Amino acid sequence: MKKTIITVVGHDAVGIIAKVCTYLADNGINILDISQTIVQGWFNMMMITDFSKATKPFGDIAEELEKLGEDIGVQIKCQSEDIFSAMHRI
Amino acid sequence: MINIFEVEETNKMIERENLDVRTITLGISLHDCISDDLNKLCDNIFNKITTVAKDLVKTGEEISTELGVPIVNKRISVTPIGLIGAAACKSTDDFVKIALTLDKAAKAVGVNFIGGYTALAAKGMTKAEEMLIRSIPKALASTERIMSSVVLGSTRTGLNMDGVRLMGDIIKETAEATKDNDSIGCTKLVVLCNAPDDNPFMAGAFHGVTETDSIINVGVSGPGVVKHVLQSVHGESFEVLCETIKKTAFKVTRVGQLVAKEASERLGIPFGIVDLSLAPTPAIGDSVADILCEMGLEQTGAPGTTAALALLNDQVKKGGVMASSYVGGLSGAFIPVSEDQGMIDAVEAGALTIEKLEAMTCVCSVGLDMIAIPGDTPNTTISGIIADELAIGMINQKTTAVRIIPVIGKGVGDNVEFGGLLGYAPIMPVNKFGCADFVNRGGRIPAPIHSFKN
Repeated sequence: MKKTIITVVGHDAVGIIAKVCTYLADNGINILDISQTIVQGWFNMMMITDFSKATKPFGDIAEELEKLGEDIGVQIKCQSEDIFSAMHRI
Repeated sequence: MINIFEVEETNKMIERENLDVRTITLGISLHDCISDDLNKLCDNIFNKITTVAKDLVKTGEEISTELGVPIVNKRISVTPIGLIGAAACKSTDDFVKIALTLDKAAKAVGVNFIGGYTALAAKGMTKAEEMLIRSIPKALASTERIMSSVVLGSTRTGLNMDGVRLMGDIIKETAEATKDNDSIGCTKLVVLCNAPDDNPFMAGAFHGVTETDSIINVGVSGPGVVKHVLQSVHGESFEVLCETIKKTAFKVTRVGQLVAKEASERLGIPFGIVDLSLAPTPAIGDSVADILCEMGLEQTGAPGTTAALALLNDQVKKGGVMASSYVGGLSGAFIPVSEDQGMIDAVEAGALTIEKLEAMTCVCSVGLDMIAIPGDTPNTTISGIIADELAIGMINQKTTAVRIIPVIGKGVGDNVEFGGLLGYAPIMPVNKFGCADFVNRGGRIPAPIHSFKN
């Protein structure tokens, strides 16, 4: 299973996690792990997800999540876990 | 499992420190296109490139989206045209026709540059290679995406001084042929010593004769990342400085290795090498000169610059070499002037001269790169600059190169704007004393004593 890392960064607000999770559920994406911090009012979340049963191609989901982020005032990025493993694991 | 801090570090490098993969370069052999009929040759070349490279750009963009890291350029290198066109070309215009075909193929598959309009003339020129060299001014003036290179020396063969003399004329003619556009043709023309067969970076990329049918080579970048991480060890000892560069180079190179592996799998084309280079861009903060300043120099060009660059180059290689299964190409820090805002600032401040740049090329890849000089510089002086630079490569068993732009109609005090990744440059003064009697001798400089290793 290839994992996908979703990061959400921006001003804290009510319902960020709810909106992102609803989108993921609607599109067949399973959440494996969530970690979240708030540093000086900045919301910072990382989700490890499984796209293997996703109902849309990766590129479309990445684009829609980015747009969802713009609507709620945060930046949402969607990246294969591979880039992080490559850089941070020998 | 990956944690939030690691994710944050990677994304900070990408978003704020200009981490990117500079190029995926697809090397394509054109040996099987050879024909003695020029039209047939051109058809074969066009068909081969547009077949092998048809998914290159799309695949590059898909990988970029999935990993969230920019892959700035998708490019092609081909077998040196001096070899491929030898049977069919009877005139310089015949070679220009091949250049137009390559340009058309590059546009058809959507790559921004295609390298390999090249003559391998380290020891001598065949008739075809001389014709190709003489066709360069017209070829570069009538195409957009062709990159041309001429190999005029190696540690094994010595220097082809007839070729060096000829290239003084050709560089000037290329400048004249593109003078309405600030002599931009010369930004696409490089003269090399000890040229690697697997270099993914332009203008010197070509698909060497030692290579397989097609291959994926990747060039990484990341001067901005190195500079930012060095800010966190400001004032620390050389040991700390070196360790920090090595660790960062490792991480940057791993991204290149991952992209190369993915591209190779998806395109069904073997992976060649990752080129471990720090390639600057004109973007603020994406500068090799800024790294040198962060190490403690007031300006690049100040005493200490060569040592700082030597250290940087060596640590980048040491960090990168473990991160990739195959390294190759140029691998080191690039020091182009017009493509690096810090270098431009150093020239404008009077800190950096051509002579200091020449010294710097002894310890890094690649050579005198993207340097604008007065348009009235004598042809023989350009040949002399080339001879000096190639001699450094020959004696030190390293790649060196000259990409110099005599800007027609401009002199010291003027600026020249090339645009995009090529940047802009102040015109640099050139030593006024002549070397015509030296370069006009003809013949070649013998290979150095340490080339006899058998």
